[in-house]
Amino acid sequence: MNPANYIILSAILFSLGAIGVLVRRNAIIVFMSVELMLNAANLAFVAFARMNGNLDGQVAAFFVMVVAAAEVVVGLAIIVTIFRSRRSASIDEPNLLKY
Amino acid sequence: MNYLAAATVDVPFTLPIVDYNAIAPLLIILVAGVVSVLVEALLPRGSRRFIQLFIVFGALIAALAWVFTITGVRVVTAEGAIAIDGPALLMQGAILVLALLGALLMAERSLDPSGDVFAARASSLPGSEDEKQFTARGYLQTEVWPLFLFAVSGMILFVSANDLLLMFVALEVMSLPLYLLAGMARRRRLLSQEAALKYFLLGAFSSAFFIYGVALVYGFAASTQLPVIASVLTAKSGQTSLALIGMALILVGLLFKVAAVPFHQWTPDVYQGAPTAVTGFMAATVKIAAFGALMRVLYVAFGGMRWDWVPMMWIIAILTMLVGSIIAISQSDIKRMLAYSSIAQAGFILVGVIAASPAGLAGAMFYLISYGFTTIGAFAIISLVRDESGEATNLSKWAGLGRRSPLVGSVFALFMLGLAGIPLTSGFIGKFSVFAAAIASGDTWLVIVGVLASAIAAFFYVRVIVVMFFTEPGPQTASVVVPSAFTTIALAAGATVTLVLGILPQPILELVSNAGLFIR
Repeated sequence: MNPANYIILSAILFSLGAIGVLVRRNAIIVFMSVELMLNAANLAFVAFARMNGNLDGQVAAFFVMVVAAAEVVVGLAIIVTIFRSRRSASIDEPNLLKY
Repeated sequence: MNYLAAATVDVPFTLPIVDYNAIAPLLIILVAGVVSVLVEALLPRGSRRFIQLFIVFGALIAALAWVFTITGVRVVTAEGAIAIDGPALLMQGAILVLALLGALLMAERSLDPSGDVFAARASSLPGSEDEKQFTARGYLQTEVWPLFLFAVSGMILFVSANDLLLMFVALEVMSLPLYLLAGMARRRRLLSQEAALKYFLLGAFSSAFFIYGVALVYGFAASTQLPVIASVLTAKSGQTSLALIGMALILVGLLFKVAAVPFHQWTPDVYQGAPTAVTGFMAATVKIAAFGALMRVLYVAFGGMRWDWVPMMWIIAILTMLVGSIIAISQSDIKRMLAYSSIAQAGFILVGVIAASPAGLAGAMFYLISYGFTTIGAFAIISLVRDESGEATNLSKWAGLGRRSPLVGSVFALFMLGLAGIPLTSGFIGKFSVFAAAIASGDTWLVIVGVLASAIAAFFYVRVIVVMFFTEPGPQTASVVVPSAFTTIALAAGATVTLVLGILPQPILELVSNAGLFIR
């Protein structure tokens, strides 16, 4: 199968993730959409590694996975803290900081 | 298929060559961060603070001393992933010095009557019984120090990363601890947590753009190393659309960290909500780290596409300068006002970046250093002005402050004049050097907009001075708390550098121009 199709798929996944961040209101879903964007990058890395014929892209995918895992740790800590103090994970409700 | 088959063939394994001498400052901070985590985990609570401060200041000073001993080193090491060159060493040194001042602010414990400026337990609910008990028992946390050290190590790596993948890792190592630090204020905890949430979600969003851009550039150049990308760009100069999209996405990630205008929305919220000591540290050092990485990417990897990125950066620089300056006028909270001011300052530094000349690079680095010291000093003063509810950041509570406390008032006035770029302060020399470099590169119109924006910005800086000195102190005027030696030293250093760089800028100007260019 033509590896270029995987690039198109990764672009679609990336766009879905970006749209998800912009339109969803639950902090967890927003965060999941960010993870979808990171995994779209992984797919692009691996597909490009195949097309370019070197291993750099596959190694990059591992790095991105580790970084994404670290981001989950920090992100969930913050989201859980704010959920406990506000009883809600909606990103519309924290609105004390404005103007 | 050949790359799969290669794994079964006996390929001789060659050790990567790492110049440990050149990357020692990074290693010192990283090791100190790991030790600092162990201290948190293993030692009893009472003894932690002293040991943590010893580790933090020891590591920062040791790393700084090491940077001074290797000032002549120009090397690309770790298989081309790290470039230690003049600008990298200079910015590493600047980040370490400003991190020292930031650590002094964060170590301060005599401002808040209940202990230090960080929440007793960041996990306890705001306003809950737990929180009251922790406060009543006088719990103080030292968990900020490992986070602080990891953030500094990420910044040091960020300015010397010569490989886009390593740059992404450095970006996250720098950002993740800062997201957490932003949410740890002792007072106004809901604001602080909200700042952390916004910073985290937007930061993760922007770094996803960054890494997707890296993936596209990798698809174009078959490598993530900046010099290789540059040479592939010249080889395949006819078909660069993939690289162009990738570069734009990478710039989204970097301009977010810089707080340039279409990507600036997080800045006022995070600067206002985060503990003031953290805001000062972050405002000064992240700016340097992000501009260091931005310039390295633009000059080393995409120098050949200059005609593609200059128009884009023109628009961003103009928007950044104008939006930052104009919105700052309507702010009534002083931390928020300084956040918009930092956006405007990012625009001025972008003018130096767009010049894309040795003078522009030197000017931008000088501006970054002078801005860092002035900003950290300004936030140090904000942390001193308090009333019974904590820090008094509303501008109305600053009325007549300069009459009641002339020393604090005049030092803050000095910082405001420095940020406005009045002659005899470091801000003037910084603005002059970036604008001069831009005119030499032919960007006259950009400089005209820059001067106009500086004039607008001068209005809100001077307004603070007017409020402090030419208004009668009222019943709600806040009082100034006398700090311990920690904040005093940071404040004195910030004020001295702001003044000395304005009167005698020559040594630092020589330093930045002798730093030379990024190596390939």
